[in-house]
Amino acid sequence: MGQFLQQIFNSISIGSIYALIALGYTMVYGIIRLINFAHASVYMLGAYIGYFAMTYFGLGFVPSILLAMLICMIVGVLIEKIAYKPLRNAARIAVLITAIGVSMFIEYGMMFLVKANVRSYPPMSGFLAKSFSVGAMTITAQQILILAVTIILMVVLQIVVKTTRTGKAMRAVSQDREAAELMGIDVNSTISFTFAIGSALAGAAGVLVGVYYNSINPLMGMLPGLKAFVAAVFGGIGLIPGAVLGGYFIGAVEVFVAGYGNSMYRDAVVFAILILVLILKPAGLLGKSGREKV
Amino acid sequence: MLEIRELEVYYGVIRALKKISLHVEKGEIVTLIGANGAGKTTALRTISGLLRPTSGSILLNGDDITQASPRERVRKGMSHVPEGRRMFPDMSVLENLELGAFLRRDKEAIEEDLMRVYERFPVLYERRKQMAGTLSGGEQQMLAIGRALMSRPEVLLLDEPSMGLAPLLVQEIFNMIRTINESGTTVLLVEQNANMALQIASRAYVLETGSIVLSGEAKELMESEEIKKAYLGGN
Repeated sequence: MGQFLQQIFNSISIGSIYALIALGYTMVYGIIRLINFAHASVYMLGAYIGYFAMTYFGLGFVPSILLAMLICMIVGVLIEKIAYKPLRNAARIAVLITAIGVSMFIEYGMMFLVKANVRSYPPMSGFLAKSFSVGAMTITAQQILILAVTIILMVVLQIVVKTTRTGKAMRAVSQDREAAELMGIDVNSTISFTFAIGSALAGAAGVLVGVYYNSINPLMGMLPGLKAFVAAVFGGIGLIPGAVLGGYFIGAVEVFVAGYGNSMYRDAVVFAILILVLILKPAGLLGKSGREKV
Repeated sequence: MLEIRELEVYYGVIRALKKISLHVEKGEIVTLIGANGAGKTTALRTISGLLRPTSGSILLNGDDITQASPRERVRKGMSHVPEGRRMFPDMSVLENLELGAFLRRDKEAIEEDLMRVYERFPVLYERRKQMAGTLSGGEQQMLAIGRALMSRPEVLLLDEPSMGLAPLLVQEIFNMIRTINESGTTVLLVEQNANMALQIASRAYVLETGSIVLSGEAKELMESEEIKKAYLGGN
């Protein structure tokens, strides 16, 4: 029982990371129907920005994560403006291939700039170095931090999307771009805003991973990126609650397969789930399929 | 108020509109009728800025808006109820209406206009919290019109409001268009249902394969043999 609870808590940490990344995938997909494969590289950039902020500038956790979010936000908007916007009316496959290209450009560009070697985040001090025993469980302060940051970001996101003018514009564009234009919504700036938010969340996830796992490298985004994508598809791509649900589900699957089964199968099980979802419920767990009203 | 001069629109190599000209004066209901594929929707989409013409110009209150974005046109007092209603299906009726007032900042006046829309369409008030995608076709049409009114347009462009609706509902929608017009909104109405459109319009244009082939007072056109034969199903 103790071990079970421990696994649950571990899966919440990893699930939070997946959920944060999956949100960016799903929001961008919702608004321009693009699987933005460059998203995982933005997450990696976030981890490096956090690393440099802490190691070379001696910044604390909060300023570091805010800086990472800000820079990732700018990078995300630039990626959209430079790489995707000129292809707004091109075939979807052209944009998808471009996204893969952008992803590789950023990953190998980073490898050129910071070298391929693995780097370690500085050891945390003070509260962030603590861990607590609750019964048979050990909960680290870092796990609490991940959960707290994730909850804060999700609440903010919810408020932005549900209540602000721009949030409403985002939902309108994702439901019917042309009708949104007829309302006077500026579609281009709404798309930029969506990339900004998604990228900021990915940047935050990058810093959290750096703090939690300690090691980062330029290709660190590849596997988590794919898994977060699976999470978004699992919950129903384009749906914000779906991404959160999917993120935590994939996190739990991974932790439990590794904990009770064989950690070698961890990734295989995640991708088997993707295949099953695509066969059984392609619109995802929360997705509605085939809804068209005449 | 609205003037279209020699408007020409291509879809790739296909010439969808062949230099059409028309004008709508303040306070009028003008209808553009024609068969399926005549170019009616193309004309309306070009007027509201969703399509770019290859040549010709569009003037609103004397301003050339040919190059303006749809957003600028909304700001200048144009509102387009598109073909197929185009609701935001996963938003509530209220949110849909609020989006109609997206460019406005005058909160109190928006609230007043919202009440006015609810008075016009009581069913929208009843369903204000319901998702727009769950409304019936007629209710969606009312919502589409209500949403367009929320921008306080001077000129309302309506694309086939009768489409897919039962005759009784069509009558109701057309009555509504008439009262909206009577309260000061200029209307350009695109319709396939020529009979209904000619009854409420003051003037009409007949579009055939991208050209205007006839125009005049609605009453006169209703009596014209050509129109009767081709569009009114009379003999």
